[in-house]
Amino acid sequence: MIKKFLLGLAWLLVLPVDAATVEKTLDNGLKIIVREDHRAPVVVSQVWYRIGSSYENDGITGVSHVLEHMMFKGTKSLKPGEFSEIIAANGGRENAFTSKHYTAYFQRIASDRLEICLKLEADRMRNVIFLAEEFRKEVAVVREERRSRVDNRPKSRLFEQFYATAFLTSPQRIPTIGWMDDLENLQMQDAADWYKLWYAPNNATLVIVGDVDSEQVFELAEKYFGAIKPSLIERPKPRAEIEQQGERRISLYGQTSSPYLLMGYKTPVLRDFKGDVKDIYALDVLSGILDGGNSARVARKMLRGEEIAVEAGTSYDAFNRLPGLFLFAGTPNKDIDPSVLEKAFKDEIKDLQENLVNNQELERVKAQVIAAKVFDQDSMYNMAMQIGMLDSVGHDWSLVDKYVDYIRGITAEDIMRVANKFFDNNQLTVATLWPEKEVQEK
Amino acid sequence: MKNRVQKLMLAIALWLGVMSSVAAFNVETWKTSNGVNVLFVETHDLPIVDVRFTFKAGSSRDGKQYGISRLVNALLVEGTGDSTAEDIALTFESAGAQMSHNSLRDMAWTSLRSLSDPKMLAKTADMFARVTALPSFPKDAIERDRQSMLIGLANRTQQISKVTEDAFFNHVYSDHAYQVGSHGTETTLKDITQDDLKQFHSTYYVGNNANLALVGDLTLTQARQYADQLTQFLKPGRGAPVVAKPKLDMQGKTIRVPFKTTQSHIIQGMPVLTRKDPDYFALYVGNHILGGSGFSSRLMQEIRENRGLVYSVYSFFAPMESHGPFEMALQTSNKQVEEASQLLQQMLEEFIQKGPTDEELEHAQKNITGSFPLKIDSNKKIVDYLSLMGFYDLPLDYLDKFNSNVLAVSNEDIKDAFQRRVKPEQMIRIIVGESS
Repeated sequence: MIKKFLLGLAWLLVLPVDAATVEKTLDNGLKIIVREDHRAPVVVSQVWYRIGSSYENDGITGVSHVLEHMMFKGTKSLKPGEFSEIIAANGGRENAFTSKHYTAYFQRIASDRLEICLKLEADRMRNVIFLAEEFRKEVAVVREERRSRVDNRPKSRLFEQFYATAFLTSPQRIPTIGWMDDLENLQMQDAADWYKLWYAPNNATLVIVGDVDSEQVFELAEKYFGAIKPSLIERPKPRAEIEQQGERRISLYGQTSSPYLLMGYKTPVLRDFKGDVKDIYALDVLSGILDGGNSARVARKMLRGEEIAVEAGTSYDAFNRLPGLFLFAGTPNKDIDPSVLEKAFKDEIKDLQENLVNNQELERVKAQVIAAKVFDQDSMYNMAMQIGMLDSVGHDWSLVDKYVDYIRGITAEDIMRVANKFFDNNQLTVATLWPEKEVQEK
Repeated sequence: MKNRVQKLMLAIALWLGVMSSVAAFNVETWKTSNGVNVLFVETHDLPIVDVRFTFKAGSSRDGKQYGISRLVNALLVEGTGDSTAEDIALTFESAGAQMSHNSLRDMAWTSLRSLSDPKMLAKTADMFARVTALPSFPKDAIERDRQSMLIGLANRTQQISKVTEDAFFNHVYSDHAYQVGSHGTETTLKDITQDDLKQFHSTYYVGNNANLALVGDLTLTQARQYADQLTQFLKPGRGAPVVAKPKLDMQGKTIRVPFKTTQSHIIQGMPVLTRKDPDYFALYVGNHILGGSGFSSRLMQEIRENRGLVYSVYSFFAPMESHGPFEMALQTSNKQVEEASQLLQQMLEEFIQKGPTDEELEHAQKNITGSFPLKIDSNKKIVDYLSLMGFYDLPLDYLDKFNSNVLAVSNEDIKDAFQRRVKPEQMIRIIVGESS
């Protein structure tokens, strides 16, 4: 089935006429999404698997990510590393990434080489072999990766422990790279089992953006992936978060000269949201009102104005697979206690709860969102990312294009409503990073 | 679109062995009346216009006032004429435009991405021109940005990657303009006055010291008008003097910096390469094989894939206005430091002595030339290249000849260039971590 996206009227002004995205699902369940972009003779090819750390159980945290590493370590027909050699010899750039909700493998390559990528990806969807020596080395590599990304960075450690505090039962608490102790005890069979359980055409989406003909892509996909049998994929159990019944606070001491404050309110996401979806988009606009640039409230009042922070910001991800957090974070200015920064954030929330935002601010956020969507089209990789992320957490990719229309519809009243609805201090978690005492004394 | 794609197709034909001399894209260049060198590429696929000013106004121009170049650059958006920081930001942001600015050792820049709708462009162009050329350096903003840089500096001493990088530059470029990065030093930052800032700005943010890269949905006539508007407030001034050469024949040594961590950082290297160096392509292709090509590089294959000692290991040449560094770097658990660092040293020595194999060279050339279209597949990347070409005064056919220059490199060229230019006995090696 091919679905052709009809351009909304507003987009006629800004979209090139040939931007079209089409979709097809093979009999074995593999979904293929193609966005033609003929500006340059290149293509981005991505295979997305709906698997990541939020599917993992205690004891095997990090297994999705270790498996991602093993996907480069040989198949029945390829030696370890040969996948990468072939792509390199064809002038391609490649890598992979794992997150809480998906694992994706990508190549950027001259568009006449797409077939090579599809052939190789189809092979490793089913034929990866697990060699003990390769596994041993690769887990050691991942432990070094963990030391670089997390253990050596106090802010990363703070984020990790903050999520594990804010979420007690939801798998949002699991760090994608895995807890060190789990990485030290992970067995090769854990990774092999995980591969068998989740790597299947009916748990994957192929996203192609670039100088290709969509019909030809569908034919190539059929040729290489068509024969792969689907698996029985069981939807993960919900593992819903228990209701938070009061504020939670943690402290962490680390190698830093400035403290750092991180606050998060439990917030819903678009997926499975039972209320009016306007709430979700209003939260997104609200984040833009506070932190959408150097003219926004945080920069104007907290960085300049009162000068209580040297950097501060907010973030909200409306398109997560599971309910998450609306974040406030920042580094207090010299001699300013993190509690002062916390109060300033709370004052901003109070202001939004009690007063309507002014029209100029609202129009500024909308202008930024509209322009950003045009700018995004400059990068084929970013377009592929947006499509793949939406699809992998259960949304229709067409949200990439429809998003702007939802944002346009948000009013000042919507923002006041969601500010009152979601910023409840019983739903708050606060984490503070403090300079280690011995470091201070040096 | 059609034009650019056709040209790219020809560029690919080149890679496939059909030699011909065609342009990757058409670059129009001209000089404005106040001396700004403009490079323009016309492309109408998307309704976007990108502009970037580059100035020889990085920290290599700090003199003894370390940090002044960055402080000047940070203050550009804090005020111009009667406009406050908020007015400036609002002008860009309410048009959906994205303005950014920064400075490194060689280069300082301001850039702007806007929708090409003439009304949107008109809204932002004047402010962008003023911000770049006529900053007011308000006193309260100077104190604020100074404070922010001081806090940033203090935090650098707590981040192992920054500690390693700073120690490397400190020893490799001792008493040279590249020694202290644009983050500056505590004592010098504290002493910088408003007059110093104005002086620095009026010396370096001037037409004859500027390049303007311009890419997007404009005709040539529109581009010329737009460039005039963007550059209208810049005084002609003078081009910055060249950066002096660093000392190139240093005695190598190993410096250990204690740091509380489970994983140590290692960088080793020396100053080697300028942007217009005759050995550029031999060293570039050689390094691609040694440690510059991710999974297929020798360092990655041996130290990560065969031994599992690291997550990340790489090497690169950073060509700069004067001799930029060659660096090899890795991070590994404290107990593996000796093993990993010896391996790094051995592999470098072996590469210098024997050069790459025929197979490695062919593989690297295929990879580099085959990925050429990826270098220029977005407006953003074209702006990056135009800025680079303008700033470092590279020939306009730099990209057109890129692939043939890569293909012309032989095994012997690489071996010869590495033997003459890369000297393990002159390298500084920094090891930051808990010594075993």
